[in-house]
Amino acid sequence: MEFLQQVANALTQGAIYALIALGYTLVYGVLRLINFAHGDVYMLGAFFGLFISRWTGALTLSQNNKSVPLWMTAVVFVGAMIGSALVGMVIERFAYRPLRTAPRLTALITAIGVSLLLEYGGQMAFSPDPQPFAALIAERNIIDTPSFSLSLVQLFIVGAALLLMLSLNFLIQKTKIGRAMRAVSIDRAAAQLMGIPTDRIIAFTFALGSGLAAAAGVLNSIYQPSIDPLMGVQVGLRAFVAAVLGGIGNIYGAVLGGLLMAFAETATVAVGLSRYRDAVAFAILILVLLVRPAGILGRNVAEKV
Amino acid sequence: MLSIRNVRVRYGPIEALHDISLEVNEGEVVTLIGSNGAGKTTTLGAVSGLLPLAGGQIHFDGHDITSLAPHKRVPLGLIQVPEGRRIFGTMTVAENLDLGAYARTDRANLRNELDEIYALFPRLAERRNQAAGTMSGGEQQMLAVGRALMSRPKLLLLDEPSLGLAPLLVKEIFAVVKRIRAKGVTVLLVEQNAHKALEVADRAYVLETGHISMTGDAKTLANDPRIKAAYLGA
Ligand SMILES: Nc1ncnc2c1ncn2[C@@H]1O[C@H](COP(=O)(O)OP(=O)(O)O)[C@@H](O)[C@H]1O
Ligand SMILES: [Mg+2]
Repeated sequence: MEFLQQVANALTQGAIYALIALGYTLVYGVLRLINFAHGDVYMLGAFFGLFISRWTGALTLSQNNKSVPLWMTAVVFVGAMIGSALVGMVIERFAYRPLRTAPRLTALITAIGVSLLLEYGGQMAFSPDPQPFAALIAERNIIDTPSFSLSLVQLFIVGAALLLMLSLNFLIQKTKIGRAMRAVSIDRAAAQLMGIPTDRIIAFTFALGSGLAAAAGVLNSIYQPSIDPLMGVQVGLRAFVAAVLGGIGNIYGAVLGGLLMAFAETATVAVGLSRYRDAVAFAILILVLLVRPAGILGRNVAEKV
Repeated sequence: MLSIRNVRVRYGPIEALHDISLEVNEGEVVTLIGSNGAGKTTTLGAVSGLLPLAGGQIHFDGHDITSLAPHKRVPLGLIQVPEGRRIFGTMTVAENLDLGAYARTDRANLRNELDEIYALFPRLAERRNQAAGTMSGGEQQMLAVGRALMSRPKLLLLDEPSLGLAPLLVKEIFAVVKRIRAKGVTVLLVEQNAHKALEVADRAYVLETGHISMTGDAKTLANDPRIKAAYLGA
């Protein structure tokens, strides 16, 4: 039962990593760019969630140990996702788009710059101190035995993540805009020649990835209800590793990578090596890339120039 | 229908097109021939908007499209089949065709277009759910043409559709060009295969290192000794 408990915890964490990893992979797909500010967009999502919780009164309810009505939780989620989606679009428009034809390194350094801007800007705007988050989902165990417990929060996280992933998959595989996203990621110039407004598709992709990151930010904050402006640094790095591990550019790879990262982390902690969990993550990444340079589900093709 | 006037295109400091002028009238098949590196692809890039102009103007069907974004040219009825096909290899044949119709607003009528294209290229119909990149070169070229036709163009720009194809398929491609013109689509055909191109075209332009060196009736050019010597291997 101890094992089952670990599996449940790893799934919860993995769902969150996977949602963030999807954003890295989506943006990489259309732009061949690692958006290093993505972890900070996740952080902003959590803060948007906090502000909307305050504004709707959800925070007060939760501080008075009252349960938050479902509609408020929904408003917090949707609001945070829209907020981060807009931030993602602004970042794309003003930081990355002007560099579309610049050398890769320029865009990479800009990405790191945007990340630092959001981290230090966040500390100035929200204060560097951790702040309590609202219990948007009742803190109650659905299964509660001495050896195994599953909380409603965990179930909610996995369920919400699954719903978002299935929706994303539908969007990408079955809709017109999803087909356009895939076309842009395969061959941007050819997509343009077909009449696809590639700039708009790229902006939409940022919005989508950023929205998913915000959902992950709110979900994580319900799970671990304390947020600060640097919360995206480590989680962002792990989700990035997850995306590369699974095969960057591949959405199924991002989900697989996110789960693998969480399971590896949980196992490392379970055997008492919690201080080494990032080292273990990178060791796995290096080993996998030695065997499969494009990641587990990545296509091994030479990079287009 | 298409009018290119005094167009210049530069790659960095190097000018690849020097003052090109060219006309395509409605209903014509016009070919642009020239050896490798002459600037044929660059010319089409200027027309479809992928390459910015360093000078000159381009008008299409009454619109000044000189600085119009590439994706906005497609709804006007101008579409390019790029050199090397550039199909979306990991997507299915049907998805590729659907993307050709991306800019269309009358999506209810797509069914008709699709039926027409499957009739024109029966191989594509058989393979509609197959990943496009797994098809043969000839089939991929048919798909690239079919995908462009899905936009229901007034003018089709074809960049070396016969490149790298076996003789039998080359014949088929040129037969397709004739059928496309019979449907009322105007064609600007870029080719290195001057012999075949002059056979299907009404008029021709000869491009030499970024200049138009000759122009005229396709039949006349096909019999011109200079053309014969330089491009027809006679
Ligand atoms: N992306 C590019 N950057 C620099 N020079 C280019 C580029 N593309 C083409 N050129 C140059 O422009 C000239 C015309 O090329 P192109 O239009 O591709 O010729 P064609 O299609 O007739 O073979 C050539 O000298 C070629 O080297
Ligand atoms: Mg060419």
